[in-house]
Amino acid sequence: MTMATIPSFFETPAPAGLTGIRAWLLTHDHKRLGLMYLWAVLFWFAVAMIIGLLIRIELMTMGRTIMSAGVYNSAFTLHGVIMIFLFVIPGIPAIFGNFFLPIQLGTDDVFFPRLNLFSWYLYILGGVLAIVSLFTAGGFPDTGWTFYVPFSIGTKHNVPLTVFAAFVLGMSSMLTGLNFITTVHRKRAPDMGWMQIPLFTWSLYATAWVQLLATPVISITLLLVIAERLLNIGLFDPARGGDPILYQHLFWMYSHPAVYVMILPGMGVVSEIIPTFSRKAIFGYKAIVFSSMGIAIAGSLVWAHHMYTSGMSDTAIFVFSLLTFLVAIPTAVKVFSWVSTLYKASIDMSPPLLYALVFIYLFSVGGLTGLVLGAAGTNIHVHDTHFVVAHFHFTMFGGTGFAFFAALHYWWPKMFGLMYNFRRAYIAATLATVGFLFHYVPMFVLGLMGMPRRYYDYLPQFAHGNGLAAVGAILLVAGIVLMFVNLLLSFRSRVPAPANPWGGCTLEWTVPSPPPLHNFPLQPSIQEYPYDFTEILRKAPRS
Amino acid sequence: MDPVVGIDRAFWYILVVSAIFLTGITLVMIYFVVRYRRSRHPQPADIRGNWRLELLWTVIPTVIALSMFAVGWKSYTGLRTVPAGSVEIQVLAQMFSWIFVYGNDKESENLLVVPEHTPIKLNIESLDVIHSFYLPAFRVKADAVKGLPTYVWFRSGDPGEFTILCAEYCGIDHAKMLATLKVVPRTEYDAWLEQEGE
Repeated sequence: MTMATIPSFFETPAPAGLTGIRAWLLTHDHKRLGLMYLWAVLFWFAVAMIIGLLIRIELMTMGRTIMSAGVYNSAFTLHGVIMIFLFVIPGIPAIFGNFFLPIQLGTDDVFFPRLNLFSWYLYILGGVLAIVSLFTAGGFPDTGWTFYVPFSIGTKHNVPLTVFAAFVLGMSSMLTGLNFITTVHRKRAPDMGWMQIPLFTWSLYATAWVQLLATPVISITLLLVIAERLLNIGLFDPARGGDPILYQHLFWMYSHPAVYVMILPGMGVVSEIIPTFSRKAIFGYKAIVFSSMGIAIAGSLVWAHHMYTSGMSDTAIFVFSLLTFLVAIPTAVKVFSWVSTLYKASIDMSPPLLYALVFIYLFSVGGLTGLVLGAAGTNIHVHDTHFVVAHFHFTMFGGTGFAFFAALHYWWPKMFGLMYNFRRAYIAATLATVGFLFHYVPMFVLGLMGMPRRYYDYLPQFAHGNGLAAVGAILLVAGIVLMFVNLLLSFRSRVPAPANPWGGCTLEWTVPSPPPLHNFPLQPSIQEYPYDFTEILRKAPRS
Repeated sequence: MDPVVGIDRAFWYILVVSAIFLTGITLVMIYFVVRYRRSRHPQPADIRGNWRLELLWTVIPTVIALSMFAVGWKSYTGLRTVPAGSVEIQVLAQMFSWIFVYGNDKESENLLVVPEHTPIKLNIESLDVIHSFYLPAFRVKADAVKGLPTYVWFRSGDPGEFTILCAEYCGIDHAKMLATLKVVPRTEYDAWLEQEGE
């Protein structure tokens, strides 16, 4: 029997005997779960993107443009909560991690397949609770995604339910992390050593530890907010002798490590794509592995750099500023490694590579502007201004978002066995990048000029920048819509993808597209070095 | 040295070094992609790393990052060290306005009047939720928290008017929580202090 005749996982339900929708909703197959996450995550991304666009259109002109101040405050809260908890944190790990981590490890599934299904249901439940909170008891919170006390304790909006939704989503993220850690330790192919694990899986492993260890802090904090509101304990409320700064410490103790949960998998994606399209080993494999672990560890110790203006002690500011600059080092090492991989390579331009290169540029801008925020003196001026908004969108959207788009284009042929149109993909990527720059660069300037964030209205000197940002937002959304339309059109054109369309050398490219249920019909052989392109080059046609 | 000068130097230092890095990385990346495209360079080299280079690009950014930290910290100490003989004014933040209380118990709302060329120390506290006192022209910002008094200081300089904003989201009229800083000559300030409150 040849590999091509084995039915794909689409045709083979697991557990066997399930049919129709039940084959999806009760599945244990990590690949089906990856796709179920894909559609759910894309739904939320679309919702939050539209809300984001409405926010920028509101800010396009001074005064009221399309919504009231109350709606605006709920809109930026909703945009933040959905993007953070339902798109950026779960995005790459839950979709591509679920689908490809077991395959890259040469195994047939994650260690706890049923728990994996349960995590998906928690994710869906969290989303449903967020929707319910929109229409019950005072409506969606107007607190910002940070739920700062004492405001979040006093507001009449439906904070408890939304906070509980975030709690449930945290559980889902934690269990996925647990599953990945055990899978990496216990289910690797027997002859795969630690230094033979592909970098995407390494990045998920580092991420999973942060998910597992940091998420309980936010879970407890969110429950305390609910208790504070319902039982009036007085833990955070200064009117009852509580300490609102304690809340900020607890909140950022999770939420800062969480930004590394958001970016590390994206870095993993780029570390796969650059070598594949270069047909060349990643430069400094071990340095990238250790920098991932270094970012995960050091990134957990810098949370209070969100709080320089909060009134905490100058000693704390000194320590957190110093640690923050140390996190910059492993990040810089990764960027240098990616660029050096291109040196003397044999580069084939393709949509995934274009997205990865745009990622490097946008993420570098985000990282470098982070230095302004890490330094104590400069932070004070731009803290809580549009400068911060631009900075974290460059890292979270230009970084994680574009890595997510790169991953979609890189693994789409593997997941669905279909190729998409390249020309449209290039146009979409270019449009999105140009729109992105027009959208966020003005915000840096607005922040330096002194425009605070979360402002419904603004002074006349900020009008130009906000107008430009709105135009950029429209271009950006147009590019992203075109990108998704192009990917979805592949279901209509049905151009079949070969097993290895790009010439990749990690294990997912050795199995058919889409893969069979058990991934590997035969025990796969593990390369001594995971990015050895000798075989690929030997088989490649000489040009 | 005026703290504003220190802060602005730190901004320039970090932004210029960052711009050099960004331009370098981007140009090298584009050059490699064009120079080593498959049609022109079909046979890639097998390079897996170079420990000397990797050590170099770990050490140099570390030194640069530490220098940025030092510059940033030094400029921050300027914001914290209040000179002797400064005029002290109490700032109370509430949803959605600023109250200023002067030494002689005179109060004003959303208008802060200070004498020219004088160090001004503002003691800041909130009456309800968290607000943030933000005076961009003098690069100062401090969260106003109930029960946690804090301060900022600045050297007032020449007469003029400047905007004070609330930088910590505080509710429906957060964006309207603005005040004006009015720097006036000393005699005008003394006369204003003695006027009846509004």
